[in-house]
Parts: sequence; structure tokens; C-alpha cells
Amino acid sequence: MDQELRELYQQVILDHNKSPRNFRLIEHPTNFAEGYNPLCGDNINIFLNVNEAGIIDDISFQGSGCAISKASASLMTSMLKGKTVTEAEKIFEKFHELVTDKLGDNPEIDDLGKLAVFAGVREFPARVKCASLAWHTMINALHNKNEKVVTE
Amino acid sequence: MDMKADTAVIENKFLYDVKKIRNDFPILNIMVHDKPLVYLDNAATTQKPQYVIDKTNNYYEKMNANIHRGVHALSQEATEEFESARIIVKNFINALGKNEIIFTRGTTESINLVASSYGRKNIKEGDEIIISTMEHHSNIVPWQMLCTEKKAKLRVVPINDEGEVIFEEFEKMINEKTKFVSVVYASNSLGTVNPVKKIIDLAHQRNIPVLIDAAQAVNHLKIDVQQLDCDFLAFSGHKLYGPTGIGILYGKVNHLEAMPPYQGGGDMISKVTFEETTYNELPHKFEAGTPDIAGAIGLGAAIEYIEKIGLENIAHHENLLLEYATNAVSDLKGLRIIGTAKNKIGVLSFHFEKVHPHDVGTFLDFEGVAIRTGHHCTQPLMKRFGVPATSRASFGMYNSMEEIDVLVKGLKKILEVFG
Repeated sequence: MDQELRELYQQVILDHNKSPRNFRLIEHPTNFAEGYNPLCGDNINIFLNVNEAGIIDDISFQGSGCAISKASASLMTSMLKGKTVTEAEKIFEKFHELVTDKLGDNPEIDDLGKLAVFAGVREFPARVKCASLAWHTMINALHNKNEKVVTE
Repeated sequence: MDMKADTAVIENKFLYDVKKIRNDFPILNIMVHDKPLVYLDNAATTQKPQYVIDKTNNYYEKMNANIHRGVHALSQEATEEFESARIIVKNFINALGKNEIIFTRGTTESINLVASSYGRKNIKEGDEIIISTMEHHSNIVPWQMLCTEKKAKLRVVPINDEGEVIFEEFEKMINEKTKFVSVVYASNSLGTVNPVKKIIDLAHQRNIPVLIDAAQAVNHLKIDVQQLDCDFLAFSGHKLYGPTGIGILYGKVNHLEAMPPYQGGGDMISKVTFEETTYNELPHKFEAGTPDIAGAIGLGAAIEYIEKIGLENIAHHENLLLEYATNAVSDLKGLRIIGTAKNKIGVLSFHFEKVHPHDVGTFLDFEGVAIRTGHHCTQPLMKRFGVPATSRASFGMYNSMEEIDVLVKGLKKILEVFG
């Protein structure tokens, strides 16, 4: 496989695509949003249970999408469980900077842990939306905005 | 039979030398990710032969001027070239007269012109317009907009699992409320060729006009509008090896005469005062503003080029490629072909059980292979087949068997990674 392609499709991404974590429905979630990318037809539903202390007790997703978007949703849900809403927002910002190249070679990338595998997406402008769809949808769900997230 | 022998058998059926044709298209020599470009996205747009590029350049280099206005030499020359492109188009589809050929920006604008001008004038509350499930968004949305405005109803003819229009359903759907039928000749997503002659004849028994979206058909099937007897026909230059930004609306002269203008401006008038305007005669009534002159000339050149090769020869070539590619992908694990109609143009849409089309597209790109992945502007059709998107390889006159081998090899690699 080509080096650049391998950077995009790292083993972690392929694994999460094959067996996505938290790929299920949460009945009666406290927060929910629907994300849609009209360009490719990807759609992702994000479900959250946020307790009174502002901690994400449970988070899950359902929908259909490419390996990048599925792995991104899977890794995101794994990472955010147990985090506070404020922490989730911070991680979202960092992730967003990572895939849109604002971090460059900034060492802060280490803080993102496993999410760093998405650094390869920067080289594929057409695929940035795939990686960020779940995240934008999650933020909308936290803010309880009912409108559909549309990334194109 | 082994693959090599198989290739030789099919290659023997080719009616022209593909290598020679490839030499006419400069872009086919470029490299993508250090691999030779394998361009299999012809249903999105086709590449342009040197002849078309030269004719377009020649206009800008030697005769750039506005048309239908100036008395100076350049303007006259440009007008002549522009109008002779119209005659080339007229002969190409065998229209009765050149006043039936309107230059537009493309198929989309052609359909919008009819929906807006003919539709607004003739469609009333409670009327029905019929389209099919396999329409491109450009043959859905303009009619939807019209129906909303007029409180009319848009009705959709269903298709079977092979991706063919169910003609009996169309027969049942058409009634005294039906006031317009607009259907695609060949589907961009499935490749299906629709029985448009039958559809037109049935609609005409009730005096219902029919628009044919020929965007995908025109570079593959010989179209004779008088024989088809369609009321309107729309297509784009860029799917016909010509430039983008130029397209054609053919309309029967009696319809076009009766229709109000689509846009107002220069060129479409014969006399303007602040009190009233007299509109220009056909086809200029529908061509407000300075058109894409180079585009029209380029489209004329593209048709000349195609006719030199022979549309029947091109169709024969693409059919052989489709047959070869269909066989080659059919044993790939988890692959489902979307669109298995008996009568198809060179479009092969498919879906892997375990690999999303976007991942297929990215992987193939690294093999130099350009295909289209997504919903192909036919979201209702994707829904019909229960897939979010497909991968689509579409063939043109310059594609070769070797290129299909590269595609299949790429797909096998993908299966290894995602398997």
C-alpha cells in the first residue's frame, strides 16, 4: 500500500471500521442528534446520556458511512465516555484542529491519544468531512440542537 | 477460457484501434499518484480530444468577438462559427430546423427552461407530471418546484430490481390529469436504457408532451428527434467529449413558439421600449445574454469528431467493455451490481457488502483509477436499492481492456485490506 494511503487507513481505523465500538441505540437518551453528509450520503446518529453533574455516562452511535467516518465515531464514543461536557468540547476542538491542519507538528497532538491516527486525513481534503461528521453531530447533540448537522 | 485468451477474443471485436483514439486525448497521458491515469468517470464528464481543444482555442486566438451584433469582420466570423455549430447539432439529432436548437448551459438549464417556461404557462392546480424513479436530481427538482408553485402533483413511475422502468405502472399512472412526462433516456447511476419511444407514443395518445433527458444517451445512442417524436430533448456538451458550460435544448417549433421567454435581456429581443418589448424569433428568444460562444463551437467540434469515429462504433466499443467489466467483477467477494437491465449503456455501478464506496474511491485513486463514488445525484434511486451510495465505473470511447484489468486488480487489493 502507498505510504500516504497507509497513513490514512491505519490499522486502528481498519479495526474500528470492522468492529465499531458503541455501535448501538440508547433508548431515551438525554441528548441526541442526527448528522448527514449529502455529498456521500453518510449519516450518523449520536446518542448520549449526560448526568446532572455534566458527565457523559453513556454515548453511542448508529448509521452508515465509510471506514473513516465509522472509525471516527467509534473512537470518539470510546474516548468520551466518562468525560465531562466541557472536556468533550475541548477534545472536539483539538480533533477539529488536527484534521484541518491547524496543529501542524504541534506536540499537543500527543494529548489526543488514539485520535492521532486521524492526522493522515489532512492529506485528503475530500475526506476531512468523513472524519469530522460524528464530532459535529456530537456537539450538536450536547447543545441539544434539533436541526440536522449537514457537512458538505 | 483464460483471461488472456478472453481479452484477445473481445479485442478482435473492436471496430477501431483504441490506441489511435487515445492519442487524440492529451489528458490520457498524465500520471496520477505516479500511475498512468485510468479514467473511468465518463458518466460524470468525458475528456476532450485535441480537435475540440484546438477549435475552442482558435476562437479565442483568432476570432473572439460578440455575436449577432457587430458589423466588423471578427463578429461576423464568430457569428458564423456559432451558428454553424447550431446546424451541426441540428443535423446530429435530425431536428426539423435550426430554430429548434437552443443553446443552454447544460442539461440542467435545458430542463429548467422547459419547467419554467412551458410548465408555468400550462400546468395548473391538480395537474400531474410523471417522472421515473431513476431520474437525476436535475429532472426531479425543477418539476418539484413547479408542482409546489402550481399545487400540481409529481408522480413517479417505479422500477424493478434490475433497474428497469415498469412500463405497465406507467400505463396505469397516466390519466386525464397528466399534463407532462419527463424521463431519462439512459440512467447515469444504473446505465439502464429506457424504452422512451414506447413512453412517448403512449403519452402522445393522450396529447401529453414528453421531455427526454438525453444527457447520458447522446454519446452512445443515435438520436433522431423526428423519429422519436419527443417534444423536448435535453443534453450537455461535456458528456459528449465537448466543453462544460454548454448544452442543448431541442424543442418542437410549435411548443417553442407558444412558450414565453425564460430569461430577459439582450439577444432575445427584437424591439425594446420602456413600455413594451417584442421578443426575437426562435431560437434567439430563449438565448438571452452573450452565450458561451467558444463552448458552442467546441460542442460542434466534438460532434464532428464523434461522427468521424462513428457513434455506432463507439457504442459497440463501450458495450464490449461493459460486458468484459461486468464479467470481471462478478466473482469479487461481496460485490453487488446495482443496475442489471438488459439494455444498458457503459455504466457499471456496484456496492461492496463490507467496503464503503468512498473508501473504494480513495484506494482506486492511488492506483490512478478515477471512478465516481456517491449517490450520483440520484438519492431516491439509492434509497430504492437500499444503499447509501455506489461506486461507478463508466466507459468512454477511449477506454481499453487493460484499464478494466487495472480497475479489477485495484478492487482485489481493497478486498485484501478490508477483508
